[in-house]
Amino acid sequence: MVFTRDGKSTPVLDDISLEVADGEFVCLLGPSGCGKSTLLSTMAGFLSPTSGEIKIDAEVVHGPDPRRIFVFQERGVFPWLTVEGNIDFGLFHLPAAERRQRVAHYVKMVGLEGFEKAYPPALSGGMKQRLEVARALAVNPDMLFLDEPFGALDSITRLVMRGELLRIWEAERKTIIFVTHDIDEAVQLADRVVVMSARPATIQQIVNIDIPHPRDISSPRYLELRDGIFQQIGLAHKI
Amino acid sequence: MIVRLRPIALIAALLLLWQFAVTRNPIHILPTPWEVVKGIGDLLQHGLLLKYVVASLFRVTWGFVLAVLLAVPLGLVIGWNRRANMAFNPVLQLLRPISPLAWIPLAILWFGVGDFAAIFLIFLGCFFPLLLTAINAVRGIPEVYINAGRNFGLSSTALVSRVLFPAVIPQLIIGMRITLGVGWLVVVAAEMIAVSSGLGFLIVDARNAGNRYDLVVAGMVIIGLIGLLLDMGMRSLEHLKSLRWSYSED
Repeated sequence: MVFTRDGKSTPVLDDISLEVADGEFVCLLGPSGCGKSTLLSTMAGFLSPTSGEIKIDAEVVHGPDPRRIFVFQERGVFPWLTVEGNIDFGLFHLPAAERRQRVAHYVKMVGLEGFEKAYPPALSGGMKQRLEVARALAVNPDMLFLDEPFGALDSITRLVMRGELLRIWEAERKTIIFVTHDIDEAVQLADRVVVMSARPATIQQIVNIDIPHPRDISSPRYLELRDGIFQQIGLAHKI
Repeated sequence: MIVRLRPIALIAALLLLWQFAVTRNPIHILPTPWEVVKGIGDLLQHGLLLKYVVASLFRVTWGFVLAVLLAVPLGLVIGWNRRANMAFNPVLQLLRPISPLAWIPLAILWFGVGDFAAIFLIFLGCFFPLLLTAINAVRGIPEVYINAGRNFGLSSTALVSRVLFPAVIPQLIIGMRITLGVGWLVVVAAEMIAVSSGLGFLIVDARNAGNRYDLVVAGMVIIGLIGLLLDMGMRSLEHLKSLRWSYSED
Protein backbone atom coordinates (compact mmCIF):
# COMPACT_ATOMS: atom_id res chain seq x y z
CA MET A 1 0.00 0.00 0.00
CA VAL A 2 1.50 3.32 -1.08
CA PHE A 3 0.26 6.75 0.02
CA THR A 4 0.81 9.71 -2.23
CA ARG A 5 0.70 13.23 -0.86
CA ASP A 6 2.18 16.43 -2.21
CA GLY A 7 3.76 14.43 -4.96
CA LYS A 8 5.71 12.23 -2.59
CA SER A 9 4.80 8.62 -2.31
CA THR A 10 5.25 6.78 0.95
CA PRO A 11 5.07 3.02 1.05
CA VAL A 12 3.07 2.22 4.13
CA LEU A 13 2.45 -1.49 3.88
CA ASP A 14 4.63 -3.98 2.13
CA ASP A 15 3.86 -7.56 1.31
CA ILE A 16 1.12 -8.30 3.81
CA SER A 17 -0.41 -11.70 3.58
CA LEU A 18 -2.78 -12.77 6.33
CA GLU A 19 -5.59 -15.22 6.78
CA VAL A 20 -8.13 -14.96 9.54
CA ALA A 21 -10.55 -17.69 10.55
CA ASP A 22 -14.17 -17.26 11.50
CA GLY A 23 -14.74 -16.28 15.14
CA GLU A 24 -11.07 -15.60 15.71
CA PHE A 25 -9.71 -12.74 17.79
CA VAL A 26 -6.64 -11.41 16.01
CA CYS A 27 -4.47 -8.53 17.19
CA LEU A 28 -2.36 -6.39 14.92
CA LEU A 29 0.50 -5.23 17.09
CA GLY A 30 3.14 -2.71 16.23
CA PRO A 31 4.66 0.66 17.12
CA SER A 32 2.76 3.87 16.37
CA GLY A 33 2.81 4.92 12.78
CA CYS A 34 3.77 1.52 11.46
CA GLY A 35 0.74 1.22 9.27
CA LYS A 36 -1.47 -1.13 11.25
CA SER A 37 -4.37 1.32 11.28
CA THR A 38 -3.95 1.70 7.54
CA LEU A 39 -4.13 -2.05 7.17
CA LEU A 40 -7.27 -2.17 9.27
CA SER A 41 -8.92 0.62 7.31
CA THR A 42 -8.07 -1.19 4.10
CA MET A 43 -9.58 -4.41 5.41
CA ALA A 44 -12.74 -2.56 6.33
CA GLY A 45 -12.98 -1.05 2.89
CA PHE A 46 -12.33 2.61 3.67
CA LEU A 47 -9.10 2.52 1.67
CA SER A 48 -8.25 0.68 -1.50
CA PRO A 49 -4.99 -1.20 -1.64
CA THR A 50 -2.58 0.07 -4.28
CA SER A 51 -1.71 -3.52 -5.01
CA GLY A 52 -3.21 -6.80 -3.91
CA GLU A 53 -6.70 -7.37 -2.61
CA ILE A 54 -8.70 -8.05 0.51
CA LYS A 55 -11.15 -10.91 0.45
CA ILE A 56 -13.73 -11.65 3.09
CA ASP A 57 -15.71 -14.88 2.69
CA ALA A 58 -14.16 -15.21 -0.78
CA GLU A 59 -15.61 -11.84 -1.80
CA VAL A 60 -13.31 -8.95 -2.71
CA VAL A 61 -13.80 -5.93 -0.47
CA HIS A 62 -14.82 -2.81 -2.40
CA GLY A 63 -16.01 -0.50 0.32
CA PRO A 64 -17.40 -0.31 3.85
CA ASP A 65 -20.19 -2.76 4.61
CA PRO A 66 -22.56 -3.16 7.53
CA ARG A 67 -21.48 -6.77 7.90
CA ARG A 68 -18.08 -5.53 9.01
CA ILE A 69 -18.31 -2.71 11.50
CA PHE A 70 -15.37 -0.51 12.42
CA VAL A 71 -14.99 0.84 15.95
CA PHE A 72 -12.95 4.01 15.69
CA GLN A 73 -10.22 5.29 17.93
CA GLU A 74 -12.33 7.84 19.68
CA ARG A 75 -15.22 10.17 19.19
CA GLY A 76 -16.91 7.87 16.76
CA VAL A 77 -20.28 8.13 18.47
CA PHE A 78 -22.69 10.71 17.07
CA PRO A 79 -22.98 13.51 19.62
CA TRP A 80 -26.36 14.67 18.39
CA LEU A 81 -28.01 11.35 19.23
CA THR A 82 -28.74 9.85 22.63
CA VAL A 83 -27.29 6.53 23.72
CA GLU A 84 -30.41 4.83 22.39
CA GLY A 85 -30.30 6.85 19.21
CA ASN A 86 -26.72 5.84 18.55
CA ILE A 87 -27.30 2.13 19.11
CA ASP A 88 -30.39 2.34 16.95
CA PHE A 89 -28.46 4.06 14.16
CA GLY A 90 -27.84 1.09 11.90
CA LEU A 91 -31.16 -0.60 12.50
CA PHE A 92 -33.22 1.35 10.02
CA HIS A 93 -34.33 -1.67 8.04
CA LEU A 94 -35.88 -3.45 11.01
CA PRO A 95 -39.42 -3.15 12.39
CA ALA A 96 -39.86 -0.82 15.37
CA ALA A 97 -40.51 -3.50 17.97
CA GLU A 98 -37.36 -5.39 17.10
CA ARG A 99 -35.34 -2.17 17.12
CA ARG A 100 -36.45 -1.36 20.63
CA GLN A 101 -35.67 -4.86 21.77
CA ARG A 102 -32.18 -4.84 20.28
CA VAL A 103 -31.37 -1.42 21.68
CA ALA A 104 -32.45 -2.51 25.15
CA HIS A 105 -30.41 -5.72 24.86
CA TYR A 106 -27.20 -3.98 23.89
CA VAL A 107 -27.61 -1.15 26.37
CA LYS A 108 -27.68 -3.84 29.01
CA MET A 109 -24.83 -5.81 27.49
CA VAL A 110 -22.36 -2.96 27.56
CA GLY A 111 -23.53 -1.79 30.96
CA LEU A 112 -25.09 1.54 30.07
CA GLU A 113 -28.47 1.03 31.77
CA GLY A 114 -29.84 4.26 33.15
CA PHE A 115 -28.10 6.30 30.45
CA GLU A 116 -30.41 5.52 27.56
CA LYS A 117 -31.53 9.13 27.14
CA ALA A 118 -28.14 10.66 27.84
CA TYR A 119 -26.13 12.43 25.18
CA PRO A 120 -22.48 11.49 24.53
CA PRO A 121 -21.00 14.70 25.94
CA ALA A 122 -22.37 13.62 29.30
CA LEU A 123 -20.59 10.25 29.13
CA SER A 124 -17.07 9.39 30.16
CA GLY A 125 -14.51 8.14 27.65
CA GLY A 126 -15.02 4.53 28.67
CA MET A 127 -18.77 4.87 28.38
CA LYS A 128 -18.47 6.39 24.93
CA GLN A 129 -16.38 3.45 23.80
CA ARG A 130 -18.93 1.03 25.22
CA LEU A 131 -21.60 2.91 23.35
CA GLU A 132 -19.65 2.59 20.14
CA VAL A 133 -19.24 -1.14 20.65
CA ALA A 134 -22.97 -1.47 21.37
CA ARG A 135 -23.78 0.46 18.22
CA ALA A 136 -21.49 -1.81 16.24
CA LEU A 137 -22.92 -5.01 17.67
CA ALA A 138 -26.55 -3.97 17.31
CA VAL A 139 -26.48 -4.55 13.56
CA ASN A 140 -25.21 -8.07 14.14
CA PRO A 141 -22.12 -7.85 11.95
CA ASP A 142 -19.95 -10.78 10.94
CA MET A 143 -16.76 -8.96 11.85
CA LEU A 144 -15.58 -6.16 14.06
CA PHE A 145 -12.57 -4.00 13.42
CA LEU A 146 -11.29 -2.16 16.47
CA ASP A 147 -8.65 0.51 16.01
CA GLU A 148 -6.93 1.07 19.35
CA PRO A 149 -10.35 1.60 20.93
CA PHE A 150 -8.98 1.90 24.43
CA GLY A 151 -6.08 4.16 23.56
CA ALA A 152 -7.64 7.32 24.94
CA LEU A 153 -8.68 5.76 28.24
CA ASP A 154 -6.81 5.67 31.51
CA SER A 155 -5.03 2.43 32.30
CA ILE A 156 -7.50 1.21 34.91
CA THR A 157 -10.45 1.73 32.63
CA ARG A 158 -8.47 0.01 29.90
CA LEU A 159 -8.13 -3.13 31.99
CA VAL A 160 -11.83 -3.11 32.77
CA MET A 161 -12.76 -2.56 29.12
CA ARG A 162 -10.57 -5.46 27.99
CA GLY A 163 -12.51 -7.76 30.29
CA GLU A 164 -15.77 -6.34 28.99
CA LEU A 165 -14.73 -6.84 25.39
CA LEU A 166 -13.79 -10.46 26.01
CA ARG A 167 -17.08 -11.05 27.82
CA ILE A 168 -18.99 -9.66 24.85
CA TRP A 169 -16.87 -11.62 22.41
CA GLU A 170 -17.51 -14.88 24.25
CA ALA A 171 -21.23 -14.16 24.14
CA GLU A 172 -21.40 -13.23 20.48
CA ARG A 173 -18.30 -14.83 18.92
CA LYS A 174 -17.70 -12.37 16.12
CA THR A 175 -14.46 -12.36 14.20
CA ILE A 176 -12.48 -9.51 15.70
CA ILE A 177 -9.42 -7.75 14.33
CA PHE A 178 -7.97 -5.44 16.94
CA VAL A 179 -5.18 -2.95 16.43
CA THR A 180 -2.97 -2.00 19.35
CA HIS A 181 0.50 -0.86 20.24
CA ASP A 182 0.24 -2.37 23.70
CA ILE A 183 1.96 -5.76 23.92
CA ASP A 184 0.18 -6.78 27.11
CA GLU A 185 -3.17 -5.90 25.62
CA ALA A 186 -2.46 -8.06 22.60
CA VAL A 187 -1.41 -11.07 24.63
CA GLN A 188 -4.35 -10.68 27.02
CA LEU A 189 -6.97 -10.50 24.34
CA ALA A 190 -5.97 -12.29 21.15
CA ASP A 191 -5.97 -15.84 19.83
CA ARG A 192 -3.23 -14.78 17.49
CA VAL A 193 -0.96 -11.76 17.59
CA VAL A 194 0.36 -10.41 14.30
CA VAL A 195 3.56 -8.55 15.11
CA MET A 196 4.25 -5.84 12.57
CA SER A 197 7.46 -3.98 11.88
CA ALA A 198 7.87 -0.24 11.57
CA ARG A 199 6.94 1.53 8.32
CA PRO A 200 6.80 0.20 5.66
CA ALA A 201 5.08 -2.42 7.72
CA THR A 202 5.58 -6.09 7.09
CA ILE A 203 4.49 -9.02 9.19
CA GLN A 204 7.39 -9.93 11.39
CA GLN A 205 5.83 -12.81 13.22
CA ILE A 206 2.49 -14.36 14.06
CA VAL A 207 2.27 -15.62 17.62
CA ASN A 208 -0.33 -18.14 18.67
CA ILE A 209 -1.65 -17.43 22.15
CA ASP A 210 -2.67 -20.83 23.35
CA ILE A 211 -3.77 -19.87 26.89
CA PRO A 212 -7.48 -20.32 27.55
CA HIS A 213 -9.59 -17.43 28.87
CA PRO A 214 -9.65 -16.08 31.56
CA ARG A 215 -5.93 -15.52 31.28
CA ASP A 216 -3.80 -15.20 34.37
CA ILE A 217 -1.48 -12.33 33.62
CA SER A 218 1.08 -13.66 36.06
CA SER A 219 1.17 -17.20 34.75
CA PRO A 220 4.52 -18.39 33.36
CA ARG A 221 3.08 -19.17 29.94
CA TYR A 222 1.62 -15.66 29.63
CA LEU A 223 4.93 -14.10 30.59
CA GLU A 224 6.78 -16.39 28.24
CA LEU A 225 4.62 -15.40 25.30
CA ARG A 226 4.76 -11.74 26.19
CA ASP A 227 8.51 -11.71 26.60
CA GLY A 228 8.87 -13.50 23.32
CA ILE A 229 7.10 -10.64 21.63
CA PHE A 230 9.16 -8.11 23.54
CA GLN A 231 12.25 -9.72 22.14
CA GLN A 232 10.79 -9.96 18.67
CA ILE A 233 10.16 -6.24 18.63
CA GLY A 234 13.65 -5.72 19.96
CA LEU A 235 12.75 -4.06 23.21
CA ALA A 236 14.92 -4.09 26.31
CA HIS A 237 13.54 -6.26 29.04
CA LYS A 238 14.69 -4.08 31.88
CA ILE A 239 13.87 -0.40 32.20
CA MET B 1 -36.27 35.49 33.88
CA ILE B 2 -33.51 36.40 36.24
CA VAL B 3 -33.16 40.15 36.61
CA ARG B 4 -29.48 40.86 36.67
CA LEU B 5 -28.45 43.75 38.81
CA ARG B 6 -25.12 44.68 37.31
CA PRO B 7 -26.19 45.33 33.70
CA ILE B 8 -29.18 47.34 34.89
CA ALA B 9 -27.00 49.39 37.24
CA LEU B 10 -24.56 50.03 34.42
CA ILE B 11 -27.31 51.12 32.04
CA ALA B 12 -28.76 53.42 34.71
CA ALA B 13 -25.33 54.94 35.26
CA LEU B 14 -24.84 55.50 31.55
CA LEU B 15 -28.27 57.14 31.28
CA LEU B 16 -27.39 59.52 34.08
CA LEU B 17 -24.10 60.32 32.40
CA TRP B 18 -25.94 61.00 29.16
CA GLN B 19 -28.46 63.27 30.88
CA PHE B 20 -25.66 65.15 32.60
CA ALA B 21 -23.53 65.52 29.48
CA VAL B 22 -26.40 66.91 27.42
CA THR B 23 -27.85 69.34 29.96
CA ARG B 24 -24.45 70.81 30.79
CA ASN B 25 -24.39 72.54 27.42
CA PRO B 26 -27.02 75.33 27.32
CA ILE B 27 -27.54 74.96 23.59
CA HIS B 28 -28.40 71.34 23.31
CA ILE B 29 -29.22 69.65 20.08
CA LEU B 30 -28.77 66.13 21.32
CA PRO B 31 -31.77 64.96 23.30
CA THR B 32 -31.75 63.93 26.92
CA PRO B 33 -32.87 60.41 27.79
CA TRP B 34 -36.25 61.69 28.87
CA GLU B 35 -36.75 63.54 25.59
CA VAL B 36 -36.02 60.31 23.78
CA VAL B 37 -38.66 58.53 25.80
CA LYS B 38 -41.11 61.27 24.96
CA GLY B 39 -40.11 60.90 21.34
CA ILE B 40 -40.92 57.22 21.45
CA GLY B 41 -44.26 58.06 22.99
CA ASP B 42 -44.82 60.54 20.20
CA LEU B 43 -44.20 57.91 17.56
CA LEU B 44 -46.48 55.47 19.31
CA GLN B 45 -49.23 58.05 19.44
CA HIS B 46 -49.13 58.66 15.74
CA GLY B 47 -49.05 54.94 15.04
CA LEU B 48 -45.74 55.37 13.24
CA LEU B 49 -43.62 53.25 15.53
CA LEU B 50 -45.49 50.05 14.91
CA LYS B 51 -45.74 50.75 11.19
CA TYR B 52 -42.03 51.40 10.81
CA VAL B 53 -40.95 48.47 12.97
CA VAL B 54 -43.13 46.15 10.96
CA ALA B 55 -41.76 47.53 7.70
CA SER B 56 -38.16 46.99 8.75
CA LEU B 57 -38.84 43.54 10.13
CA PHE B 58 -40.69 42.60 6.98
CA ARG B 59 -37.71 43.46 4.80
CA VAL B 60 -35.22 41.74 7.04
CA THR B 61 -37.31 38.62 7.22
CA TRP B 62 -37.64 38.36 3.47
CA GLY B 63 -33.99 39.09 2.77
CA PHE B 64 -32.79 36.76 5.51
CA VAL B 65 -35.07 33.85 4.69
CA LEU B 66 -34.20 34.03 1.00
CA ALA B 67 -30.54 34.06 1.89
CA VAL B 68 -30.93 31.02 4.15
CA LEU B 69 -32.90 29.07 1.56
CA LEU B 70 -30.24 29.67 -1.07
CA ALA B 71 -27.01 29.80 0.87
CA VAL B 72 -27.46 26.72 3.05
CA PRO B 73 -28.08 24.08 0.37
CA LEU B 74 -25.57 25.67 -1.97
CA GLY B 75 -22.97 25.91 0.78
CA LEU B 76 -23.48 22.30 1.79
CA VAL B 77 -23.01 21.13 -1.78
CA ILE B 78 -19.93 23.26 -2.40
CA GLY B 79 -18.40 22.25 0.92
CA TRP B 80 -19.00 18.58 0.23
CA ASN B 81 -17.64 18.51 -3.26
CA ARG B 82 -13.96 19.31 -3.44
CA ARG B 83 -14.01 20.33 -7.07
CA ALA B 84 -16.97 22.64 -6.58
CA ASN B 85 -15.16 24.23 -3.69
CA MET B 86 -12.07 24.85 -5.77
CA ALA B 87 -14.16 26.33 -8.54
CA PHE B 88 -16.33 28.64 -6.43
CA ASN B 89 -13.96 29.75 -3.75
CA PRO B 90 -12.05 32.49 -5.62
CA VAL B 91 -15.30 34.09 -6.81
CA LEU B 92 -16.75 34.00 -3.32
CA GLN B 93 -13.66 35.47 -1.73
CA LEU B 94 -13.81 38.24 -4.29
CA LEU B 95 -17.47 39.11 -3.73
CA ARG B 96 -17.56 38.68 0.02
CA PRO B 97 -15.66 41.81 1.11
CA ILE B 98 -17.85 44.07 -1.02
CA SER B 99 -20.17 45.77 1.47
CA PRO B 100 -23.84 45.35 0.62
CA LEU B 101 -24.08 49.12 0.69
CA ALA B 102 -21.75 49.34 -2.28
CA TRP B 103 -24.46 47.52 -4.19
CA ILE B 104 -26.98 50.27 -3.56
CA PRO B 105 -26.64 52.01 -6.93
CA LEU B 106 -27.01 48.69 -8.76
CA ALA B 107 -29.89 47.65 -6.54
CA ILE B 108 -31.78 50.83 -7.29
CA LEU B 109 -30.95 50.50 -10.96
CA TRP B 110 -32.29 46.94 -11.10
CA PHE B 111 -35.21 47.19 -8.68
CA GLY B 112 -36.02 50.85 -8.45
CA VAL B 113 -36.61 52.62 -5.17
CA GLY B 114 -38.69 50.44 -2.89
CA ASP B 115 -38.93 47.22 -0.97
CA PHE B 116 -37.28 44.98 -3.54
CA ALA B 117 -34.09 46.99 -3.52
CA ALA B 118 -33.92 46.89 0.26
CA ILE B 119 -34.65 43.18 0.38
CA PHE B 120 -32.01 42.55 -2.26
CA LEU B 121 -29.40 44.40 -0.20
CA ILE B 122 -30.30 42.48 2.93
CA PHE B 123 -30.18 39.28 0.95
CA LEU B 124 -26.66 40.09 -0.24
CA GLY B 125 -25.52 40.99 3.24
CA CYS B 126 -26.78 37.67 4.58
CA PHE B 127 -26.01 35.41 1.67
CA PHE B 128 -22.22 35.47 1.53
CA PRO B 129 -21.46 34.97 5.23
CA LEU B 130 -24.04 32.18 5.42
CA LEU B 131 -22.66 30.50 2.35
CA LEU B 132 -19.16 30.54 3.76
CA THR B 133 -20.41 29.30 7.11
CA ALA B 134 -22.15 26.38 5.45
CA ILE B 135 -19.10 25.53 3.38
CA ASN B 136 -16.81 25.61 6.38
CA ALA B 137 -19.24 23.65 8.49
CA VAL B 138 -19.31 20.81 5.99
CA ARG B 139 -15.57 20.78 5.51
CA GLY B 140 -15.15 20.68 9.27
CA ILE B 141 -17.19 17.53 9.80
CA PRO B 142 -14.89 14.91 11.34
CA GLU B 143 -14.27 12.14 8.88
CA VAL B 144 -15.20 9.50 11.47
CA TYR B 145 -18.85 10.51 11.24
CA ILE B 146 -18.95 10.12 7.48
CA ASN B 147 -17.07 6.84 7.62
CA ALA B 148 -19.34 5.51 10.34
CA GLY B 149 -22.36 6.48 8.26
CA ARG B 150 -21.00 4.68 5.22
CA ASN B 151 -20.06 1.70 7.36
CA PHE B 152 -23.66 1.19 8.43
CA GLY B 153 -24.74 1.06 4.84
CA LEU B 154 -26.42 4.46 4.55
CA SER B 155 -27.44 5.56 1.08
CA SER B 156 -26.15 8.93 -0.11
CA THR B 157 -29.40 10.70 0.76
CA ALA B 158 -29.51 9.05 4.17
CA LEU B 159 -25.89 10.03 4.72
CA VAL B 160 -26.77 13.65 4.06
CA SER B 161 -29.91 13.72 6.19
CA ARG B 162 -28.72 11.55 9.08
CA VAL B 163 -25.06 12.48 9.37
CA LEU B 164 -24.14 15.59 7.42
CA PHE B 165 -27.10 17.73 8.40
CA PRO B 166 -27.11 17.05 12.15
CA ALA B 167 -23.36 17.54 12.20
CA VAL B 168 -23.51 21.02 10.67
CA ILE B 169 -26.66 22.39 12.28
CA PRO B 170 -25.06 23.96 15.39
CA GLN B 171 -22.61 25.89 13.28
CA LEU B 172 -25.32 26.88 10.86
CA ILE B 173 -27.46 28.27 13.65
CA ILE B 174 -24.61 30.35 14.98
CA GLY B 175 -23.98 31.57 11.47
CA MET B 176 -27.66 32.41 11.08
CA ARG B 177 -27.69 34.36 14.31
CA ILE B 178 -24.71 36.44 13.25
CA THR B 179 -26.06 36.88 9.75
CA LEU B 180 -29.42 38.01 11.06
CA GLY B 181 -27.56 40.69 12.95
CA VAL B 182 -25.85 41.74 9.74
CA GLY B 183 -29.20 41.79 7.98
CA TRP B 184 -30.56 44.09 10.65
CA LEU B 185 -27.63 46.45 10.18
CA VAL B 186 -28.08 46.49 6.44
CA VAL B 187 -31.84 47.15 6.58
CA VAL B 188 -31.33 50.35 8.50
CA ALA B 189 -28.74 51.61 6.03
CA ALA B 190 -30.73 50.46 3.03
CA GLU B 191 -33.82 52.25 4.31
CA MET B 192 -31.95 55.50 4.57
CA ILE B 193 -31.51 55.52 0.85
CA ALA B 194 -33.93 53.34 -0.94
CA VAL B 195 -37.36 53.45 0.70
CA SER B 196 -39.89 55.63 2.45
CA SER B 197 -40.80 53.66 5.54
CA GLY B 198 -39.02 51.76 8.24
CA LEU B 199 -36.67 52.64 11.09
CA GLY B 200 -33.78 53.71 8.89
CA PHE B 201 -36.08 56.02 7.00
CA LEU B 202 -37.39 57.35 10.30
CA ILE B 203 -33.94 58.43 11.33
CA VAL B 204 -33.13 60.21 8.09
CA ASP B 205 -36.59 61.74 7.82
CA ALA B 206 -36.61 62.96 11.42
CA ARG B 207 -33.42 64.87 10.82
CA ASN B 208 -34.38 66.19 7.41
CA ALA B 209 -37.89 67.23 8.36
CA GLY B 210 -36.96 69.48 11.25
CA ASN B 211 -33.91 68.36 13.13
CA ARG B 212 -35.95 66.15 15.41
CA TYR B 213 -32.93 64.55 17.04
CA ASP B 214 -35.07 63.16 19.78
CA LEU B 215 -36.72 61.01 17.16
CA VAL B 216 -33.36 60.19 15.64
CA VAL B 217 -32.09 58.81 18.91
CA ALA B 218 -35.46 57.23 19.64
CA GLY B 219 -35.13 55.37 16.36
CA MET B 220 -31.64 54.26 17.30
CA VAL B 221 -32.82 52.95 20.64
CA ILE B 222 -35.65 50.99 19.04
CA ILE B 223 -33.24 49.57 16.47
CA GLY B 224 -30.91 48.48 19.22
CA LEU B 225 -33.70 46.87 21.23
CA ILE B 226 -35.09 44.92 18.31
CA GLY B 227 -31.60 43.80 17.35
CA LEU B 228 -31.15 42.54 20.88
CA LEU B 229 -34.44 40.66 20.81
CA LEU B 230 -33.60 39.02 17.49
CA ASP B 231 -30.24 37.97 18.85
CA MET B 232 -31.74 36.57 22.04
CA GLY B 233 -34.30 34.68 20.01
CA MET B 234 -31.63 32.97 17.93
CA ARG B 235 -29.55 32.20 20.99
CA SER B 236 -32.43 30.34 22.55
CA LEU B 237 -32.36 28.03 19.51
CA GLU B 238 -28.75 27.25 20.19
CA HIS B 239 -29.66 26.01 23.64
CA LEU B 240 -31.94 23.22 22.53
CA LYS B 241 -30.74 20.04 24.13
CA SER B 242 -29.97 18.11 20.98
CA LEU B 243 -27.93 21.02 19.67
CA ARG B 244 -25.88 21.72 22.75
CA TRP B 245 -23.33 19.05 21.96
CA SER B 246 -20.93 21.23 20.02
CA TYR B 247 -20.15 23.23 23.15
CA SER B 248 -19.44 20.47 25.59
CA GLU B 249 -17.27 18.61 23.13
CA ASP B 250 -13.71 18.85 24.36
